[in-house]
Amino acid sequence: MKAVEAKRLTFTYEGSENPSIMDVNLSIDEGEFIILTGPSGCGKTTLCRCLNGLIPHFYHGRLEGEISVMGLDVKSHSTQELAQHVGLVFQNPENQLFSLTVERELAFGPENLGLPRRETRRRVEWAMRKLNLQGIRDRPPYELSGGQQQKVAIASILTMQPKIIVLDEPTSFLDPKSAVELLSIISNLNKELDMTVILVEHRLDLASSYADRVIVMDEGTVAASGPPSQVYSEESRLRGVGVPKVSILFNQLRSAGIPVKGNPVSVDEAYHYLRLMLGK
Amino acid sequence: MIEVKHVTYTYPNGYTALRNVSLTIQEGDFIAIMGENGAGKTTLIKHFNGLLKPAKGHVTVDSKDTRTVSVASLSKLVGIVFQNPDHQLFSETVRSEVAFALRNFGFDEETVERRVNRILGMLDLSEYAEKSPFALSGGERKRVALASVLSWEPKYVVLDEPTIGQDYRQKERLRMILQQLLSQGKSVIMVSHDVEFVADCKPNIVLMAGGRVIGGGAAEEVLTNPGLLEKCSIIMPQVAQLMRMLGESGVGGRVIDVYSAVESLKTLWRGG
Repeated sequence: MKAVEAKRLTFTYEGSENPSIMDVNLSIDEGEFIILTGPSGCGKTTLCRCLNGLIPHFYHGRLEGEISVMGLDVKSHSTQELAQHVGLVFQNPENQLFSLTVERELAFGPENLGLPRRETRRRVEWAMRKLNLQGIRDRPPYELSGGQQQKVAIASILTMQPKIIVLDEPTSFLDPKSAVELLSIISNLNKELDMTVILVEHRLDLASSYADRVIVMDEGTVAASGPPSQVYSEESRLRGVGVPKVSILFNQLRSAGIPVKGNPVSVDEAYHYLRLMLGK
Repeated sequence: MIEVKHVTYTYPNGYTALRNVSLTIQEGDFIAIMGENGAGKTTLIKHFNGLLKPAKGHVTVDSKDTRTVSVASLSKLVGIVFQNPDHQLFSETVRSEVAFALRNFGFDEETVERRVNRILGMLDLSEYAEKSPFALSGGERKRVALASVLSWEPKYVVLDEPTIGQDYRQKERLRMILQQLLSQGKSVIMVSHDVEFVADCKPNIVLMAGGRVIGGGAAEEVLTNPGLLEKCSIIMPQVAQLMRMLGESGVGGRVIDVYSAVESLKTLWRGG
């Protein structure tokens, strides 16, 4: 089964003349780690809203084409049903957290599904272990640092045991160390639980080495899709994308006539290729 | 000139956010304040326009002590754009939001309109002029907050994490705008985690940790100093990391941006 399949997906918000996404064809396998990027207003967020049914069930408008998630047609399944398959983490955790303790926050989803108390308990403990939150279980989320809040937000999604996790710029408000920590946690969920990850991200320098594939959107359509090394090597085709500096460096070295091999997306890869070139 | 002298600040809950901080900002300075969350960066910039007053030490803006003048009169000199635009925006349309402070400062309607149009164009916001700020994306709202501060042309422009939610194109545009402000003789002070953006801008850097200033200097010096960066939880820019690793081959030094890296690798390739 495909995790996500979209065919000629087009959505126009109510009251808007032009579609926000247009003729999007997309196929994402279970267990893939995808980075979704592109300039502001390119349709990333609209696409994410289609994945958990916020479109068309909450945001109204005209939805054309087909979209299915874990084999479920998004149009005919409720957001509550879809939420058990797709979890969404927002940019600003402040907008997502509301409980008085971390533990209560994590229990909210399963309780809302009407799960037995014992199952709720089990899931809360499991999610706390996965994100290493046991030490702060009784703390109010609003008192935590941005990095910890974001971990709580992810844990509260995990308690729903979704197959797919969609994260909308989760590192924006974090300092670099916390951002790297969060990205490696997300990568572990992908590897250990075989969870499909769709990460909307501008900070490609930090995120790229974890991803199987980068999907670049521009003006409502998919402008490029492929492994990061391949997509970044065609930098001139990408508009408003923060291609990692080492990838840009290699593209520019080539333009300057230096015959360097490889398309690195991380510092270590770049170092490896440069040493080869310099014959060290 | 903004002078911060031996400032200590403790929040009402007892948390001491600044400990004996001293800093001088000259006219025309371009400064980035960096450090991990909780280092005291935002507390420090709130002292620049008197929003917070030092418990010990003093802050002067163009020789005016912030404890003796009103925030309103200091704001005319020092414009602060906060991290979360939602704490700053309140008007029904983007246009009225940007015009608000100008009207408040008593500019005539003709000037208000001219400046508002110019600033909206500069920040790529013209098409949203009649929309509610709250209908815009996070990144767009951030630019509205910046526009509303730039409108009254403060001499010191202070930005808290200006690149959050901005795509690469917007960041490049922001960098041009900052250069433009500097060329007009204004001072630009930004708090930023975005080490790649800072490496492109090349300001002077002030490093903070645990409520203290623990170092600083030119971007090329600070961003290539691993020991200093480690203390502040800052990750070295990619190009600087790479050139450092290649250091044994006799290149590198204080390279933090792609352009200089290409130049030194060219030399190395041709020469070697």
